[in-house]
This record gives sequence, C-alpha cells and structure tokens, in this order.
Amino acid sequence: MAKLTLEELRKGREDARSKIHLRGGEFKGRVIVHTGTCGISAGARDIVLAFLNQKESRSANDILVTTSGCAGLCSREPMATVEMMDGPPVKYGDLTAEKAARIFEEHILGGRIVQEYVIGIGSERGG
Amino acid sequence: MAARRIELMTCAGTGCVASGAFNIREALEKEIVNRGLQGEVAVVTTGCNGFCCQGPLLVVMPDKVFYGYLKVEDIPLLVEEHLLKGRPVEKFMFVPPEKKTPVPLISDIPFFKKQVLLVLRNKGIIDPEQIWDYIARDGYVALEKALTQMTPDEVIEEVTKAGLRGRGGAGFPAGSKWRLTRRQGNPIKYLIANCDEGDPGAYMDRSLLESDPHSLIEGMIIAAYAIGATRGFLYVRTEYPLAIKRMEIALTQARELGLLGEKILGMPFSFDIEIRQGSGAFVCGEASSLIRSIEGESPEPRQRPPRTAEVGLWGCPTVLNNVETLANVPIIIDRGAEWFSGIGTATSKGTKIFSLVGKINNTGLIEVPMGITLREIIYDIGEGIPGKKAFKAVQTGGPSGGCLPASMIDLPVDFDSLVEAGSMMGSGGMIIMDEETCMVDVARFFIQFTNDESCGKCTTCRDGSDALLEVLTRITKGEGKEGDIEFLGELSLAIGDASLCGLGTSLPNPVLSTLRYFKDEYLAHVQEKRCPALVCKNLIKYYIQPGKCIGCHACAKNCPVGAVKGEAKEIHIIDETKCTKCGTCLGVCPKKASAIVKLSGEEARNVTVLKYPIPIVKAAAQA
Repeated sequence: MAKLTLEELRKGREDARSKIHLRGGEFKGRVIVHTGTCGISAGARDIVLAFLNQKESRSANDILVTTSGCAGLCSREPMATVEMMDGPPVKYGDLTAEKAARIFEEHILGGRIVQEYVIGIGSERGG
Repeated sequence: MAARRIELMTCAGTGCVASGAFNIREALEKEIVNRGLQGEVAVVTTGCNGFCCQGPLLVVMPDKVFYGYLKVEDIPLLVEEHLLKGRPVEKFMFVPPEKKTPVPLISDIPFFKKQVLLVLRNKGIIDPEQIWDYIARDGYVALEKALTQMTPDEVIEEVTKAGLRGRGGAGFPAGSKWRLTRRQGNPIKYLIANCDEGDPGAYMDRSLLESDPHSLIEGMIIAAYAIGATRGFLYVRTEYPLAIKRMEIALTQARELGLLGEKILGMPFSFDIEIRQGSGAFVCGEASSLIRSIEGESPEPRQRPPRTAEVGLWGCPTVLNNVETLANVPIIIDRGAEWFSGIGTATSKGTKIFSLVGKINNTGLIEVPMGITLREIIYDIGEGIPGKKAFKAVQTGGPSGGCLPASMIDLPVDFDSLVEAGSMMGSGGMIIMDEETCMVDVARFFIQFTNDESCGKCTTCRDGSDALLEVLTRITKGEGKEGDIEFLGELSLAIGDASLCGLGTSLPNPVLSTLRYFKDEYLAHVQEKRCPALVCKNLIKYYIQPGKCIGCHACAKNCPVGAVKGEAKEIHIIDETKCTKCGTCLGVCPKKASAIVKLSGEEARNVTVLKYPIPIVKAAAQA
C-alpha cells in the first residue's frame, strides 16, 4: 500500500467510517422485517435481502435493516415495520422484493408512506 | 450486493481466547454459512471487551445485545434465533448476581454503566488488526493536528495543561518529563513505552495493546515529535504473545501507510518504533533497569540524578512513559487540554484503567474517572462480593501498593488520596478481598513476590525482604514471637529509606499498610496463635460438630487423605494427625447440616473432640 498523504488519510477515514457504521452510528430510521417461522416460510428472507440491497446501492448508512419475530398477523406475511425518527411505525404486508424497493425509496428515503401496501399505522393498533 | 446488517463483536483478548473464543468464532462462521447469512452477518474479532469473567463473550451490533459464557454447542441456537429470526436469546444474556431477570443490552449492564471510556474508547468496537478500523474512529486525527498545526513546544504545553500524570505508578507529570528531555542539547533522543507489566492480577497495558494498538502508536509518534526523538521502543514482556503479535501487525500496517518511517504523512518528521521483549523481571518496571535491559545489560537500577530524561538509553536523553500514559496523548491533542482536565479531580486528571479482580462478582477491566470512590467501583461496577460475604480490604498498586480497609470505602480513587491513605495508584491492579482473607498472609504473599523479584543490588532490598519474609512466614505458621511486629515495622522503614529504586523503596508497603490497618490480626497471630480469617493452615483446625453431623459420609468419601473417620449414620470425626486442611470436607458437607466448621486459637484448642465415631441414634439417646 502506498504511503498516505493528508488528503488520502482524510478521504480514507470517511470510507472506513461508513464500513463500521453498524458499531455505533446515528440512525434516522429502521426497517424491521418480521422473520418468525411463518414469515420465513412466506419469503421474509428475500425481503430482508431486498431491503439490504437497497441500503447498499443507495449507501443509506443511516438506515438500519433488522429483523424481529412474528408480528402476529401471519396471514399477511411477509411483513415489515418501518420506523422513521419523525413518524409513527408503519406496518406493511404481503411484501415482495419490488414492493420493498418502492417502500425504501418512497417512505424511508422520501418520507411518503406507501399507502397501498399499509396494513397499519401506529403501535399495534392499526391492523 | 446486500449490505451487512449485523456484526458480531467477538472478544478475543487473552482471557476470552483462553476460555475458547477462537472456537466460538469458528462455530459462528460455520453456522452463519449453514444458515445462508454470509454477507449480511459478519464476525468481527475484537480485543478485550473488559467483562472478562463472562468470557467467551460477544456483543451483537447494532442491537447492542451482550452474550456471555458462550459454548460452541450454543451457537446454532444463537444464530437461528437472534441472527436469522431476530429473537434475542435470554439464556445467554447477563444476569446480575442474585437476580433472575437478564439484562439484554450492554449499555444497561451495571458493569459498563459507570465507566468513562477515553483510553479504551475503541475496545470491543474495532478489530485491532485492521488499521482502518482505528482510523475510522478518529484515529490519527490527533497526529495530523500535532504535525500540521502545532509546534513540539505547543504539544508539550497542551499535555502539561491537561495535567496528564504517569499511569505506571508514581504519577509524575508527563509534560515536565517531556520538557526536560526536549531541552537537552544532545540531538539524539529516545522514547520508550513501558509495557513491563508485572503486578500480580494486573493486565491493563496488555489489554490495551491487544484491543487498540494504534492508540499507543499514535501517542508515541506525537510524544516523539514533542521531544524530538526519531527512534522509539516498546518494551513488552515476552509472556504477552498475543499483544506482541497484534502490535507487530499494527506497526507493519502503520509503516505501509506512511504513519511511521521517513517523513510521516509527507511532513518533515521521521520516527519508527521497535519492539523489545523483556523476559519478565519485575525490576524492569523501573526506568533505569528497563533501559539497561534494552541495552543488553542485566537490569539493575542506577543512582539518580542524572534522570533518564537527561541521561537515558545509550547515554542519550530518554522519555520513558507507561503505555496507558502515552495512549492518553491522542485524546488530549484531539480534544484539547481544557476538555481533558474537566475529567477527574483537582490534581488527578482524566481516567484510570483498573483490573478489578479478587473476591468480587464482576471481574474485568474497567476505565473510570479519577476521583470515583472505592464504593462505586466495588458495589456499582463490581456488583459486590460473591456469596454475600463482607468486604474486608482492597489492595491497590500491586506489590508496591498497600491494603486499604473496608472503613475507607468512600475514599476517592486518585493519585494523592491513595498515597495519603498508605497505598498508591500503581499501574492499576485492584484486588478485592473478603472476610476470608488473612491480611498477614496477604503481606507475606506480596513480600514473597518482591523478594523473588529483587535484583539484589541493594542490601536493604535483597536481605531486608528475606528478613521480612522469614518473620511473616513464621507468624503465619503460628511461631510468632514477642517483638516480631515491632521488628517488621522498623525494618520496613529502613528498607524504604535505604533502597535505591522504586522496587525497594515501595516493597514494604504491603507490610506497613496491613500493620497500620490490621494490626489486631498480627496481634491475634502472635499472641493468641489465632488466625481471625481462618486461613493460616497451622493455626486452624477443621471440626465436625457432633450435634449437627447427619452421618451422610460425604466428607469421609471425599477426603483425599482419608483423614475423616466414620461410617454412614455415624457422627464422623477428623483425624488431625492426617488432616492437610484442604477444606474439601467443608465444601461437600450438605448445607442443611452445615456440621463442619473451621476453628482457630483458643476455640480450636479447647473444643471437645470425640475419640471415635459413634452412631447417631446412640448419640441422641445419650443426649
């Protein structure tokens, strides 16, 4: 590896920072894919990967993609909950990779809830 | 490509490695592939996390869930439940002592809550073998600032204003040492980082090297720039193989990026660091001995002045600082002296790393602000003494330090308060003792250590420690004589006054501090031939209380020397001529019976012992 100039050190630091952002960055929102047994059999793993692909291709390091157990509405799996800092939690159901991509773009990045996929807004009451 | 969503920060400090961390890592990697999670879930090998008693351990990020005491067979469940299905697994979480509810998040665990992480800010967060992990966490920002915006004198001024004192023992102001060396006319100057960590139970510097080697390297480069040195040495014990390996990797990576070597970052300053391994002599913690060891001579201290800051390695002015002292330097330069000196007390600034060990629930490595009380360390961070036993004393400063009694539990921990109380900060070993610790025996243990480690140059240290050891051993064997206690006190003062280096001058401290706070225990040993803590084997006896023995035969079955006599349903007795006082019988006696006790002194001498085992029924009838 070549010796660094000051500029290269600074630039490299920014890249390195984004690589370890999971270890203590600030996050402005998160999407939780429900990956209970029912969710996984309905295809939730593909939804996780779809969201992760979106995150990677859009360098959205301030968004967390995470998983949790069954949300209790097994007939509408795969499901995901989007929690943005400035909005109520929104549950989406019957997801596909395409729907996930649209939710990422419009809701997570754009701040506009994708109404047609919503099964509930707010904590555990909407569905 | 999919982004990563989980990183498993797997502790691989020496402690966790010894308890199987690499097997855990391998099992995790295998199971992640089995579950098709490669790419989205990654295992990161970190240095010491600090909560050593919980190892092998890991922290799931970004969830911040802490798992401890992991076994290879636990890994499939952990990966399936938490990593695949998003359901954290309660049974691998930390449960506070004597409680039942687990604490999932590392940030809620009491052990971590009161800590203030400056020097250890990267522990458990970076992979010590990846220089870019360090750089990502503002690594080498301070170096950039020092080289581009500050003169060497300004760096020294900043470190002086910050009030940084040596973390290795004596607490000498680092800035003053640097200034003295900088002022010397000799154009060749050296910098040495002292990682000859020799105190029993202490591993602060080792962990720092294992978890964040670049923080030391960066501190050393800045210090070298300040004093005008072009060569630096890291003196480290050869018994720290993992620390040395990680340090070598870190040095190579720093050289490759031009952070070490000629013209660092393209600036007109050159510096490099060599590792020198010592074979583990306690006296090398002393500056002039350490320097002689690097020179290839036998490590004996020399008369000072001149100080090593003036005449040091190969006769050149040399700054010798402890690892932790140097690791504080990047923080001071980056954040500024004013910010740094806002932490701590009037005369002790910043934080201190301690290894919290002994009779305490949470053992491990902690970093706390100067001025924190012993009570906060022992009861909040350490969560008290196991088995609800009473806290008796805390030993700080290693063999050069002293034992402070329970009554001083509200003492603030800083350089000056500890010295005033008869102990010292030392490099940061903190050994907690409970009511079952004999203070005379503790003093004997430490004198045995320093007696072994004395280089032999000064008569007072060499022969004086022999004499102390002989008397202390006699007292613990029940052969103490009138005048012994006075002799220990006088000899201790003479050794302290007449020895040349820090080893000799401080070696009597364990004796002096125990004489000061626990004189009654010495008196009990000498006058009553009684060990109040029931530790000294020659002064105690194990006794089966006839009224309580239930005749279960467990003691007899487990006694390794066949000293317990009796058959099932008989009241058992111990044959004192055979008993080695190993304590096995006490350990196996059922709790409901609790028939076996330790006795000492008059009580031991006067107790009535049955001549032979008798049946329990008969005994009841007799009563």
